[in-house]
Amino acid sequence: MIWLKRNLPKIVISPSCALLVWFVYGFILWTLYISFTKSKILPNYKFWGIDQYFRLWSMDRWHVSVSNLFIYTSLFLILCILIGIVLAILLDQKIRAEGFLRTIYLYPMALSFIVTGTAWKWILNPTLGIEKFFIDIGFENFTFDWLITPGMSIYTIVIAGVWQSSGFIMAIFLAGLRSVDDEIIKAAKIDGAGVVSIYTKIILPMMRPVFMSAVVILVHLAIKSYDLVIALTSGGPGTSSDMPAVFMTQFAFHRSEIGLASSSAIMMFLTVTAIVIPYLYSELKREDGKK
Amino acid sequence: MVKNNLKFEQLETASKKKKIIYRWILFLILGIFALYYITPLYVMIVTSLKSMEEIRTGNLFYLPKTINFDSWLEAWRGQLVNTTSGLKVDAGNVYLKNYFWNSVKMVVPAVAISTILGALNGYALTKWRFKYDNIIFLLFLFGTFIPYQAILLPMARTLGVLGLSNSITGLVVVHVIYGLCFTTLFCRNYYVSISDEIVRAARIDGAGFFKIFFKIMLPISLPILVVTVIWQFTQIWNDFLFGATFSFGEAAPIQVALNNMVLTSTSVKRYNVDMAAAIIAGIPTLIVYVLAGKYFIRGLTAGSVKG
Amino acid sequence: MATLKVNDINKNFGKTEVLKGINLNISDGDFLVLLGPSGCGKSTLLNTIAGLETANSGDILIDDYRVNDMEPSDRDIALVFQSYALYPAMTVRKNVTFGLEQRKTSKEKIEEALVNVSNLLKIDSLLERKPSQLSGGQRQRVAMGRALVRDPKIFLFDEPLSNLDAKLRVEMRREIKKLHQKLKTTIVYVTHDQTEAMSLGTSIAIMNHGIIQQCDSPKVIYDKPQNVFVADFIGSPSMNLIKGKIIEENNNLFFECDSSKNKSNIPLKNYKFVQNKNLKDKSVYFGIRPEHIYLSQNSDQSFEIKLKSELNEYIGHEQIITFNFNDQEILGKFSSSIDIPGNQEINLHFDLAQISLFDQKTEERI
Repeated sequence: MIWLKRNLPKIVISPSCALLVWFVYGFILWTLYISFTKSKILPNYKFWGIDQYFRLWSMDRWHVSVSNLFIYTSLFLILCILIGIVLAILLDQKIRAEGFLRTIYLYPMALSFIVTGTAWKWILNPTLGIEKFFIDIGFENFTFDWLITPGMSIYTIVIAGVWQSSGFIMAIFLAGLRSVDDEIIKAAKIDGAGVVSIYTKIILPMMRPVFMSAVVILVHLAIKSYDLVIALTSGGPGTSSDMPAVFMTQFAFHRSEIGLASSSAIMMFLTVTAIVIPYLYSELKREDGKK
Repeated sequence: MVKNNLKFEQLETASKKKKIIYRWILFLILGIFALYYITPLYVMIVTSLKSMEEIRTGNLFYLPKTINFDSWLEAWRGQLVNTTSGLKVDAGNVYLKNYFWNSVKMVVPAVAISTILGALNGYALTKWRFKYDNIIFLLFLFGTFIPYQAILLPMARTLGVLGLSNSITGLVVVHVIYGLCFTTLFCRNYYVSISDEIVRAARIDGAGFFKIFFKIMLPISLPILVVTVIWQFTQIWNDFLFGATFSFGEAAPIQVALNNMVLTSTSVKRYNVDMAAAIIAGIPTLIVYVLAGKYFIRGLTAGSVKG
Repeated sequence: MATLKVNDINKNFGKTEVLKGINLNISDGDFLVLLGPSGCGKSTLLNTIAGLETANSGDILIDDYRVNDMEPSDRDIALVFQSYALYPAMTVRKNVTFGLEQRKTSKEKIEEALVNVSNLLKIDSLLERKPSQLSGGQRQRVAMGRALVRDPKIFLFDEPLSNLDAKLRVEMRREIKKLHQKLKTTIVYVTHDQTEAMSLGTSIAIMNHGIIQQCDSPKVIYDKPQNVFVADFIGSPSMNLIKGKIIEENNNLFFECDSSKNKSNIPLKNYKFVQNKNLKDKSVYFGIRPEHIYLSQNSDQSFEIKLKSELNEYIGHEQIITFNFNDQEILGKFSSSIDIPGNQEINLHFDLAQISLFDQKTEERI
């Protein structure tokens, strides 16, 4: 009985732990193993080596996915952070409408990627969307058909993605700006620094941890992009706006190539790990150092 | 004797003027961005209220000439067609009603279970030191980052084996499991900042693990529970990946239905219905956001800035 | 170095009056301490002088120039904050020189000033470090360095020692006093610690509820507190305040303690009253500091009385004994080398040259 009481915390957490170990880490290992096999429709548990990875990297479609991911992630990162910082600084200026504006900048985060994709799909519609608007107000030769242009469709996803997530980046930067000790600002004022100097020389340099968080979250969001792509372009036209997540689902559930799909999933997993582990490590070290 | 310096007075008025100009530029920029964020919502609403004729002849930003809720009705309950037995719903097109309720049936248990488990876990991890508790926390923390592609295949097979394929129950199970990482993370970060001494005092008073949880921790957990519930609700209601992968047809949640609706077109593309459907799919989370926005934001920043 | 005049400053935060009719006159080279409990308005007053807050009415004059509408950076003042407020992302060197750079001072002058200040405050070995790598005492010195390097007209300190541990606080106190003696700068210093105030200031302004209760040299404040608040705030332990009234016997005034037991009346003939009217039958507080109660005759104005000792608190170099004076508790402070038994009647001598009398109703000195 005493044994039960003493170990209660462990007992309470073990179901969740067990679920985690099995359904998260166990499954990842399974996927990893399958990526080393010849599996097509059904799992074939015979070990085959890293052939699937060779196949993967020799496919044009995978290369398109990866380069799209790269383009998307870079633009997504840069734009979200730029817009986020600018909006956060502007909102930090003690405005009466701050709460109202913050609500407007952030509501896109409340919507699903499908809703966002659907809305932007309509706005960017080649004949009836923005194109028509500009034509109607006089720009007769205006075209905006990025949505159906193979090279440009990835950029439409950027537009929609930035619209959805930049408000969140603004929110975490605003929280960071607000956490700066008031006395430091007062000291800077007495030292004669103007508003611009205070931000560029004192406050923004202090934002490094927030900046790191933002990068990790945005990269993570970008790699997971699936819903938004499906809703906006379905990976098209053709496969021109393909992304690794879409690739994986296609080959796993529609093309019956679970070995190949697993290898693509593991590639995604490794990419996320490569960014998250160093970040978590440095964060935990920082916390330990503070203790 | 007070000397007043004229030069200083002149500097003063100049700097006051500068401040007013800066203020106006500030509002201008903020306003432009506000337009950028509001426009899609505006377009969605406006389009859903127009007739297809208006949409084809007019353009994106025009206000509807007459407000017409037909598209909303159609998005919800489907198109009515004349059949031999009277007006019936056209089964060929997708409509949202059943899938909306699927989502509700899925969200409520998933949010409830994952939240309460998360609170228990967070509590156990922070107030009761035991071996490996830091490693366990790391397991949860890392779990929030994994791309779900790495578990889709095995999960699909497991659901099939358990007979939960293509069912709302199956989706609930999936959402609970993968939501646990987030809920545990949120609650753990919150409980870490609550003084250990309250728990120690209670233990000296003779209270045990569960008693302390229900009588002491839970009553002061309201802020984080709200944050966690809102976060989970938003994530699960907005989910598409799990819904599309593990269900199809009748048991699909609303986002999957929405996407199907938009992608399939048996006849002509009906943009107004698509927009209405998108709004319907987005309303629950939007309402939660408007009502409890600051908790939503707290959830976002709590999960991330704490790492 | 400069003079500072504060004329009739009033400040409200919304409906709350935080500063009421503040008047101060600080000469060149003075070290004025603003002393008081939390919420008395001392920090607000400091911020108003600095320009970080604006007063609702009244004037602030630095060297007779009215500075009310001037930006903090234009007033030629420097402020050392309680939390030091060092710029976390900059090295110590940059922290110290930042203000000079903002004022577009020449590189040579900056370097010269930096070298002087680093040597003076012994922070030269810390110049390339970041604030997070410094100890509390080191940060404090860097904060002072940042203020010193500007060579301003007036130095302002906002509870700079509160975040240090007790031992360090005493050390830094001495450093600040040495600096003041060496540089002869005009200083306004805020603290809630009366020992700090007494040891550092050339004059102390004690504040409570937004009003200056008394502004005098430390000695005057200690010897002749103007009201009960000041008497109670200064001194550790604080002044004993015994309730009673003034009676007249044979044309002489005496203090009669409230209580029927031990009618020992204390003669007041050598006490310097503020004014001599209406003293008879006045309800008063008789104030005497614990350190002015002796075990043997100390001066020719001594009053002998036997009181029962109740509690003994030994604090190392001294001991504090609680006595029963007609059912009122009074404290006496004695050297710990003397053995004073408890629960016994002890012969005590009050030094009547050091007493204070306060009107019970107005709490003012009479």
